[in-house]
Amino acid sequence: MNTNFHVILSLFATSSRLQRKRAYLTVAAIAWGTVAILLLLAFGEGLKLQMDKNRRSTGENIAVMWMGETSKPWKGMPPGRPIRMRIDDLDLVRARMPQLKSVVGEVVSWRTALTYGRKTVNGRVIGTNVEYGEARKHYPQAGGRFLTPEDEVQRRRVIFLGDEMAKDIFGDEKPVGKVLLVNNAPYLVIGVMQHKTQMGMYGGPDSNHAVIPISTFRAQFGRDRLNNLLIETPKPEQMRSELKRLNEIVGAKYGYDPSDDRALPAWDMVKSSETTRKILIGLQLFLGIVGALTLLIGGVGVANIMYAVVKERTREIGVKMALGAKRRWIIMPFVLEAVVYTLIGGALGITVATLLVALTALVPIESNRVLSFLGRPTLSPQIGIATSVILGIIGLLAGYFPARRAASVDPAATLRYE
Amino acid sequence: MTNKNGTIIRMSQIKKVYDTGKVKVEALKGIDLEIHKGEMVAIVGPSGSGKSTLMNLVGCLDTPTEGEYVLAGENVAGVTRDQLAEIRNRRVGFVFQNFNLLPHITALENVEMPLLFGGVRPKERRERASEVLTRVGLGERLDHKPTELSGGQMQRVAIARALAMNPDIILADEPTGNLDSSSGGDIMSLFTELWQQGRTLVIITHDAALANRASRIVEIRDGRITADHAPA
Repeated sequence: MNTNFHVILSLFATSSRLQRKRAYLTVAAIAWGTVAILLLLAFGEGLKLQMDKNRRSTGENIAVMWMGETSKPWKGMPPGRPIRMRIDDLDLVRARMPQLKSVVGEVVSWRTALTYGRKTVNGRVIGTNVEYGEARKHYPQAGGRFLTPEDEVQRRRVIFLGDEMAKDIFGDEKPVGKVLLVNNAPYLVIGVMQHKTQMGMYGGPDSNHAVIPISTFRAQFGRDRLNNLLIETPKPEQMRSELKRLNEIVGAKYGYDPSDDRALPAWDMVKSSETTRKILIGLQLFLGIVGALTLLIGGVGVANIMYAVVKERTREIGVKMALGAKRRWIIMPFVLEAVVYTLIGGALGITVATLLVALTALVPIESNRVLSFLGRPTLSPQIGIATSVILGIIGLLAGYFPARRAASVDPAATLRYE
Repeated sequence: MTNKNGTIIRMSQIKKVYDTGKVKVEALKGIDLEIHKGEMVAIVGPSGSGKSTLMNLVGCLDTPTEGEYVLAGENVAGVTRDQLAEIRNRRVGFVFQNFNLLPHITALENVEMPLLFGGVRPKERRERASEVLTRVGLGERLDHKPTELSGGQMQRVAIARALAMNPDIILADEPTGNLDSSSGGDIMSLFTELWQQGRTLVIITHDAALANRASRIVEIRDGRITADHAPA
């Protein structure tokens, strides 16, 4: 085996070379295909990472429920009864489901007048619990804070603003520490949310609403019916069973069939992120296949050239056979040659694609709405490995089939004629 | 590796049929031929007589349709292509009318080629190749490519290549056919010299002058041996 390899290398070193132009074109075709597959995969990867980030910006391991209507009869009661949970039910759920990371209620006041100085903006104000900040990723910008337990217990009139809303109201002024009026009641601004690009939302983007303690909300607006109930589990895989348990508890109190999913329609973000993940994998697969096909065309080019080369070198092959070359000594140098062209083209393509991807990193995406959804093309080691494997396979195939033809050359027939 | 009476080639009732699909052409119709060690045999005959077919079979480039062929004690029937390649490498040295040198490598590398296939190590390969090239008078031309050599010199490289593995027979197909009379004469003398050194040569030729230098002339016509005699 050792001597074989040495013979193959010697043969490869002494076999005739491609014409320069042909070699260039062959290598260029492979490089082009490599660039195509890498850019497509990098785009897919960037999109995946960005969507992942954007998706997480709404919250992880959370489910949001609306107040719905029963759709099944239960204990003699007809379907179609509205279910309206109260703020006090939160304590019931917390007491019965201590394993949950958080149980959060939301009460919403739409188109509420928020006034600062002479400026009034109409916007959403949400009364909620302290845990909302973590669960829904409302992180304060520097110099501010989110709600605290004391705010809730003491029914403080404090308000946390979405970044867009803060800009609408305050313009260039610093909002934290200022007092604004919510339906003519004064509130102290305690924080402004850090900007985030949000994939999933209900009611509107978080950057466009304001948050106050749920206790304060109840005192000012006089409402104690929840708009939304939000639960957070420690682990994503617990969500299904916890939702079932929740319906049993709430169903027992409000009298509905626990299997009735219309009573408290839920947006299970764990489930939907799983779906998104599958779609993204599908997308990447699709992009990868498109890229691989482009690369395959380059491979067909290599195979084509190698077939032509076999034809041109028929005499050379015949002579080597007459001198005692075995089948593998005819085949392997051809395969090696095809692999070398493919790998040179591949290396060139990887270099070009890496440079292009590095160039896209210079384009700022934070300020651009389209780019902040598409993300930044990213090359991962997996992409590099996948591309290299595909290149290797294409090189082997592009060499093997022409080489097999070379090995089938009849030396007696080739040597006889001029 | 020859048997006791020094037979290198023994062919009995060799037939070769080319099946082109529609027609079957019987190129050899039953050849019986024995060649002994140290003979210089000229095979002559008009074109289409089956000379080339016979040469391909003798040189193990092709296998007979029927009959038995024993080369240096080894039966060539039913062996694989790779085994056939190995037999060619060890037992047969080819010299062709059109030289069949590889044009892009040097004379030395051309002569090294059979040694490479024979599993000879690089250093020994180079030594042996330059030694045979020197023996055929091309010691000064080792690094020349075939295109930089004259026809006679190219044929000498080819002969050196045929000698490199020290084969049982040298098989030459019209070796002077592409040469002018003076370099053709040189090549004929070289063959005679090799014969005198005890080598076995089989030369297929039209050239009466070359045939007459052989120790034996085999005439072939229409796929059969019609005469087998010493030169006139």
